[in-house]
This record gives sequence, C-alpha cells and structure tokens, in this order.
Amino acid sequence: MRAGLPIANGERAARRELPVLPWDDVRDDLVAGVAGGCRLAALFGLPTADGAELVAVQADPGAGLLAVTTTAVGATYPSLTPSCPQAHLFEREIAEQLGVVPVGHPALEPVRFHAAPAGGRDAWGRSPGAEILPAVRPFVAVAGEEVHEVAVGPVHAGVIEPGHFRFNCHGERVFTLEIALGYQHRGVERALVGGPDARTVHLVETAAGDSSVAHATAHAEAVEALAGTAIPARAQVLRGAALELERMANHVGDLGALAGDVAFLPTASHCGRLRGEILNLTALLCGSRFGRGLVRPGGVRFDAEPARAGELLERLATVMRDVRETVELMFDTPSVQSRFEGTGALTAGQAGELGLVGPAARACGLEIDARAEFPAGIYRFAQLPVSTWHSGDVAARAWVRWLEVQRSAAFVREQFASLPDGPVRVGVGDLAPDAVAVSLVEGWRGEVCHVAVTGADGRFARAKVVDPSFHNWSGLAMALRGQQISDFPLCNKSFNLSYCGHDL
Amino acid sequence: MTGAALARLGAALLLAPLLYGVIARTKAFFAGRTGAPLLQRYFDLAKLLRKGAVYSETTTWVFRAGPVVSLAAVLGALALLPMAGAPAVFGFAGDFVLLAYLLGLARFATVLAALDTGSAFEGMGASREVQFSALAEPALLLALVALARNAHELSLGSILGAVSGETWRHDAAALTLVTAALFVVFLAENSRVPVDDPTTHLELTMIHEVMVLDSSGPDLALVELGAALKMWLLGGLVVSIVVPVRSGNPWIDLGAFVAGLLALAALVGVVESTMARLRLLRVPALLVSAGVLAALGLALMAEW
Repeated sequence: MRAGLPIANGERAARRELPVLPWDDVRDDLVAGVAGGCRLAALFGLPTADGAELVAVQADPGAGLLAVTTTAVGATYPSLTPSCPQAHLFEREIAEQLGVVPVGHPALEPVRFHAAPAGGRDAWGRSPGAEILPAVRPFVAVAGEEVHEVAVGPVHAGVIEPGHFRFNCHGERVFTLEIALGYQHRGVERALVGGPDARTVHLVETAAGDSSVAHATAHAEAVEALAGTAIPARAQVLRGAALELERMANHVGDLGALAGDVAFLPTASHCGRLRGEILNLTALLCGSRFGRGLVRPGGVRFDAEPARAGELLERLATVMRDVRETVELMFDTPSVQSRFEGTGALTAGQAGELGLVGPAARACGLEIDARAEFPAGIYRFAQLPVSTWHSGDVAARAWVRWLEVQRSAAFVREQFASLPDGPVRVGVGDLAPDAVAVSLVEGWRGEVCHVAVTGADGRFARAKVVDPSFHNWSGLAMALRGQQISDFPLCNKSFNLSYCGHDL
Repeated sequence: MTGAALARLGAALLLAPLLYGVIARTKAFFAGRTGAPLLQRYFDLAKLLRKGAVYSETTTWVFRAGPVVSLAAVLGALALLPMAGAPAVFGFAGDFVLLAYLLGLARFATVLAALDTGSAFEGMGASREVQFSALAEPALLLALVALARNAHELSLGSILGAVSGETWRHDAAALTLVTAALFVVFLAENSRVPVDDPTTHLELTMIHEVMVLDSSGPDLALVELGAALKMWLLGGLVVSIVVPVRSGNPWIDLGAFVAGLLALAALVGVVESTMARLRLLRVPALLVSAGVLAALGLALMAEW
C-alpha cells in the first residue's frame, strides 16, 4: 500500500483529497515503492510563496493504480536521488523551474537551460538577467595521459535534432558519456497553463512530433477525466488503432535505421519505404501521416467508414508481408547479428534503477507496459501481450520492436474487424475545479504521462508532460560505458529518443 | 616509357570515377531504387572544382598540402602499375615495394592533414586509418611477394605478366589465396564495407571519410580523385590476376581489363548490399587473416 491517494489511469481526484505529507515521509514512501517494483511516473512542483508544492505520481503495477502524494518544501530539501536514482532528472527539473534546491543531489545541473521564472529564486544563484546558454556547464572530466574527450553536437551530421554529447575515451573505449540537452526548449508546459484552450491540443501534439497520437491521447484522457466525460467505444478503438499504427511506423523506421547504421543496405532501404507506407495508413484515417488532428478530447475527429476500414486492412496486410520479409532477412544475417549482440547492454537492475520505460526497459526483461499495467481506453477490453527480451543489448531492443510491430498489426486487424457502432465524438463539459488527473499512455517509445492540475477556475494550474525520453536518456548514457565509441550511433539509434520530447 | 603505357594511365584517370557509379548503381539495384547516374562522381568532381575552399583557422600549410601530396603519391603509384598487358610507365626490379610505400606516403599526407585540423573526430579517424593500414600493408606485400615468387622476377611488369591461364592451372590454390588477400586489401584500403561504410554520415563510426571532413572545394575534389585512382590501382592488381588476358591486341586487352574492373566494382556493390559492416574491434582480425591468406599463398606457390 502506498502512502499516496490511489487513482486509476484516466481518473481524477479532488486536490483536497490528496494526502499532504512531510517531505521525509514522501521520500521514504517513494524509495520503498521503487524498491517494491513501483516507478516514479512524475514528480513536479507548483510554486508557493516560500518554496514549492511537490506532487509525486508513483505508478504501482501491482495494484494497477497511480499513487499521488503532495508535499510542501521550502527553498531547499534533502534530495531523493541518492536513494532513488530515477528521480535525478525530475529533481533537476524542479530546481530549474522553481528554484528549490535538492540538497545532496549528486549532479545538480540545469536540464533545459532556461532562466528561472521572473522574480523567483534561482537554484544556481544566477542573476535574473544572466544569459543562459544550453549545455554550458561543467562536465565530468577524466584525467590521465591517454584519455581524450570527444564532443559531439549540438549540430550533427544528418537531419536530426540538436543535443550535445560529451565522451571521455581511452582510445576507442568509452569511460563516460554525458548528454546535455535543452536546445529545443520551447516552454510547452508553461504554455499549457491556463488551458485548455484552442492551442492546447496542438501544443500537445507537437510535444514530440513522432508521438503525436500518444501525447494527444494522454492529454485527451486527462481532460476527459477532469470533465467526467466517457467517450464512445468506437472512438476508443480508433484511438488505439492510431496509437498502434504510430508504434508500427516508428518501430519499422527504427529497424531500418539500425540496419543502416551497420551498413546493411536491403533492410535499411526497404524499411524506409515501409515506414512511409504505414504512416500513409494513419493518413488514410485522418489525413495526416503523423495522426495530427485525429485525437481530440471527447473522441476522435474522423470516423473510419467500412470502405476505408477495409482498404486500411488490405493495405496493412501488404505492408506487413513486405515488413516481415525484410526484417527477417536482417535478423537472419549473421553479420548484422554480430553487430547487434552484446552492444550497449544494460542489465535489468540498471534499467530498473534508472527508471527506464518502453522498449528499452522491456529489452532488459522488465515487464513494463502501461497498456497492460494501467490499461485505459480500448486496452481495458483488448489485451496486448507485453513483448520482452532478456539480453538488454541492441539486439534485444531491435527484437522487442519487431515483436511489437507484429502484435500491433494483429491488434489493428482484430479491432478493425469488429468496430463497435456509434458516434466517434461527444462534447466535453467544463473541467472540475481544484482537481488532478493522471493519464498514462504507452507510446511507441514508452510511457507518456500527463498530469493535469486544475485551479479554482477549472483551468490548468499546471500541466505536467513526461515524455518517455525524459526517463530513457540516462539509459543511453549508461549503456555506452565500456563500449566502443564507434558503436555510439548504433546504441543511440536503438534507443531512438526524442530531443524535443525531453526539452519540451 | 611508352605511348601505350601513357594511354593506359590516361584511361585510368578518365575512367576511375566511373567505378563509384557502378558501385552505386549495383547497390541501388539491390535496394530497389533507380540510383544516381553512372557519371555522378564526375559531376561531383566538376562541382567541387568550381567551388572555393574553406580553411579552418587552426590549420596550417600541412592541411593544404595533404590532398596534393596524397594525389601525387597515388598518381606515382599508378604509374608503376602495368595495365592490360602493357608495361608500366616506370618499372624496375623491386618497384612493387615502392608502390606499397607510395600508397603509404599518400596515407601519411592525409593523416597529417587530418591531425592538423585538431578535431577529435579527425584524430580518431587518423588513428583508425593508421592502425588498419598497418595491418593491410603486410597482406599487400605478402601477396605481391607470392606473385614475385611465381614470376622469379621483382618488377611489377614481370610479376603480373607472369600470371596467365597456365599459372591458374598449376597454382590455382595459391592464386586464389593471393586474390582473396588482395580483395580484402582492396576493400579495406578503399574504405568499403565490411571495413568502413562510405555512405554513413556518422562521424564516430567513420574511418577514412572522417579524415577529410574539413576538406572542401578543390581540395576535396583532389581527395576524391585520389580515392578513385587508388581504387583503380588496387582493383587493377586484382583484375590482372583474375583476368590475365594477353591477346596482343591492345583494344581487346584494355577492354578486358576495364571490363574486369567494372565487374569488380559491381562485386563491391553486391558485397555492400548483402552484409553489414564489421564491428571496428573485429576489423584487425579480418586484415590479419588476409595477411595469413597471402602468406599461405606464398607457401603454396610452386617450385620451391
């Protein structure tokens, strides 16, 4: 039993019902929870006069519930990170956003390199007008004659997002990798405060563009929970189908990119095309290859009439036949497997401590999947098996992706074969004032967590968005230890994390 | 120095960039794409020559000298290679050692230019290039020594001239081993899969490409031309052994030689379309085994 108020995924609670505990009790509860198999889904703060009100959301898979606790802290509080490493980035984020300092945090650096809110405290004592540049901070330095430092980015070869990577190497071997992001910080969470309004859903859909459906679904479920709206079954199915198509498209693209990184041409080129074909299926549903404009609070904006549903299934069958051929060719090629196996391996213990989510965690053998643990929407009625593998390396991350592609395709086929009747969208009323709602959606990269807290006016006082990348970037840094620096691109691709989803 | 030799050198200069076109087309075929035009590398060279060069402030004359010295050394090495039955432009006993070391000089100039930029990427590339070529060089020399043993001569003209259909009948095993070793050296020295990935954009994984990241415009054109000539040179060695056509008719000989090189390029395309690149740690094993193959070839070569 956790100390927090247990609520189900996609339900709301009144803020006054949330237990307000002293920080030490919250900390002990979180440490005990994580040791007992729970994970920290979100930890964030709201500003108060002399510090912050912290809200902790602990995902308890045993109970299938989310335990929400609040606590008030002053300008400093003893850090949770030393006893619960997966809190490290959350605490840094809180320090940056609210100026409250977690004392004893082992690596307290800014996360997104933005100025503290006007008039507020600054955790690093920077003056209000000081220019804050991304990734300008001390990095871990390794001393010694033959140690060299390699700095990569923020401008990369190829068309990818900006991020700075700092390696300490001994010859080709990597001692440490540090990742400094923040170049893409746009202020999404700040812009959501005062919502929902006409812009809200667009901000959410572009929190991480390749996870538009996942973020839009998480947001819609939080809003529906706050408004007490139940959406029609047909809308739930269409949301689920779009989410699984998003997963398939990205996983297929990733498998191709992994092949490309080891210079295995056939799979690299075919998967590039096939990813497009799957994106086109999403476009068939809603007119946007990335599912923009499909999911809205209250349901979905586009129905799939029988003719279109039939065409989608037909095209899906063709695509899957080609995907199977090219992906199996890759897994059957020894030269590819010798590159994948043993590269960038993490243990289940490391993944658990760092709080990894999604395929990266499942590839370490952790059975973490919000669709199975905290089902909402269609996943309450249609169960998907959790795809895991045990080796924790690039091969495992690739293999888990391939398992998920197949299971998602089967899910879409099954759901479209028996689309429930009825409308696809209902109206959403006013949001409950002074309430909190949590929604977890298993996006293709892992669990997307949205926490919406409303004020007395029924508007967002705080909207917390946790992209799976936020949890997983530390996993990549850890996976590189002791690896060859030439294998970094391959490891990086096997995680394929979002920069903008992290930077928000 | 004969007109025939100079004509063949001219043909090499003119046709070498075509090899890249053939490789790209083969890979495109396997990937189900149309692919870039066969003459793309010529267009690239023309484009680069029209451009200006950008020089980093940290570089010195060493960086500027790199591409020139490197191309000159490769040209010099090419002049030592007898092509299509005609003697080389220059030739003397032991010239194959000079050939190996002219290639070494070209590499040395490129490596110095890379180190001169002070970039971590280029330094890593230089370190890899030197490590791998130190292992590829013995394979090349041992293969040439095996052929020299067959010819009882020490000049490349006689060494390659002595390989004929007759040799293949008597010493097929030895020649096969030598050819295999030279093919691996050919792949490694030309930064092809499975040793390097010439199409990657990921600096951390590159070997050769990363050393020339700072080169631009005409300098890059010289580098690219040098790379094409090196491919022609090492490919020429392989083709001279595998397709020893000596009809006496220069057109037939030259045709067979060029066709052999184009087929070799197509083979590279097939290799790159069917296998992944080796992990960098395992490249030395491949190169050392090429050396072992060459040594075995030397041991098996008849008439000890």
